[in-house]
Amino acid sequence: MPASPYIEFRDVTKRFGDGPLVLDRVSFSAAPGEFITLIGPSGCGKSTLLRLLAGLSPVTSGTIAAGGRDPAAVATDLAFVFQEPTLLPWLSVAHNIEVPLQLRGVDAATRAASRQRVLELVRLQEKAGAFPRQLSGGQKMRVSIARALALAPRMMLLDEPFGALDEMTREHLNEELLAIHAQQQWTAFFVTHSVAEAVFLSNRIFILAANPGRIHAEVTVPLPGPRTADTRLARDYHELVAHVSRLLRSVDPEAA
Amino acid sequence: MSSKALKVLLPALTGALLLALWYAAHFFLISEERRFLLPPPGAVWHAFIKDAPLLLHAAWNTAQGALLGFGLAVVISFGFALLLSLSPLVRVSLYPFLTAVQLTPLPILAPICVIWVGAGLASVAVLTFAIAFFPLVVNTTQGLISVDRNLLELFQLYRASRWQQLFLLRVPAALPYFFTGLRIAATLAPIGAVVADMNAGSSAGDGGGLGFQAVIYSSQLKIPALFATAALTCLLGFIFNAAILTLAWLALHHWHDSYERTDH
Repeated sequence: MPASPYIEFRDVTKRFGDGPLVLDRVSFSAAPGEFITLIGPSGCGKSTLLRLLAGLSPVTSGTIAAGGRDPAAVATDLAFVFQEPTLLPWLSVAHNIEVPLQLRGVDAATRAASRQRVLELVRLQEKAGAFPRQLSGGQKMRVSIARALALAPRMMLLDEPFGALDEMTREHLNEELLAIHAQQQWTAFFVTHSVAEAVFLSNRIFILAANPGRIHAEVTVPLPGPRTADTRLARDYHELVAHVSRLLRSVDPEAA
Repeated sequence: MSSKALKVLLPALTGALLLALWYAAHFFLISEERRFLLPPPGAVWHAFIKDAPLLLHAAWNTAQGALLGFGLAVVISFGFALLLSLSPLVRVSLYPFLTAVQLTPLPILAPICVIWVGAGLASVAVLTFAIAFFPLVVNTTQGLISVDRNLLELFQLYRASRWQQLFLLRVPAALPYFFTGLRIAATLAPIGAVVADMNAGSSAGDGGGLGFQAVIYSSQLKIPALFATAALTCLLGFIFNAAILTLAWLALHHWHDSYERTDH
């Protein structure tokens, strides 16, 4: 367990109305700058866990502490990347990126500077004036990530952001995301169904089981950085993928 | 041949064919003593030229009534849609009464309207409002409440205020729905204005609109002039629709798929 946690879940339970338990006494902690991936079968509560972290839904019982504060109080620290790019179709790329800053009352000059900075990070400067419908799936997701980065967050919540992309684009975006993370060192919670993606990106992987959702196993990923396309060829990487796959199969027999 | 040229040529050819059929029907299908019932296009054109000042003035009066009623419907329906979007309970409470207004035929509303506001432009505008209001309010409300859930969560996540959510998210997201309502209303408004004018138009002062003129021509059995009135009403409808389509295209073409191409 990290010495000085940035995020701490203590016996967090979640139930929607009178329905079954979605999360049952989930406890973990994450250090600043850690990249944690949540993986598990459908319905195991991965996305719910992110929504609790984001303050989009209240916990039923237990507590979540973020940097020693209540997550509701650290709303300004976090950014969320949804499964879909969730761009406003009537706004250009540049204006989409500025939306969260605009909602927080940031002045136009600061917004423009932030926008410029993150467009360079995701290498989309030439698309600043384009509308979402003019972009490919991968470009849309990069804009979505840029929008989240514009907030200069301390914590990034990413809910299966690359799930709808083809394998090549996905791997490329994985590398870009890790490079940005290495620069900015936010604490990341990343949801995925891909074991390879989980191993490539993470410092730690939580394997969740369903009915009710709970952490079944935790795997530390000791692969050295910077991780690049070559990392995927390393023996250690493949052994870890096999190990996580076995753990995943033990909670989800349908998993590959 | 380019698709642009075809888009001009094909309707022109269809129009020419229809005119030829019209002439053929007049001369070969109808007995001589009944030909007055279907005057040939030339006679209609002559009737228009003869009464042009009167008909154009009537068309202007109808256009004013239609524009005024339509404009009122746009403004008031938008405010009403904002109110309806607030809660399902408000919608459940008000929709039956909105539907009732829409279901009441214009010729029945017209005498009530004349009694309330008097014959003439005011009545025509009110009745046009009545016919244009419903599609506008229903479509705009639907747009305001049909915002992508993910976008709503995004705004919730970044702690957007109610006003920010309304003006930065719900209103722009509702624009395609609003313009759909606008297109329906733009088709109905000139028709509504003419029907209203038939019932509530007035020759007092300004001479009434196309509906009023049609009633007069009908009583005088001036069939070519009636056809000319119908053609002018059609033209008015086309102008209305073209204006709205252009407006919709300007507002939506850069981001909404349905307006991507110009061949709407």
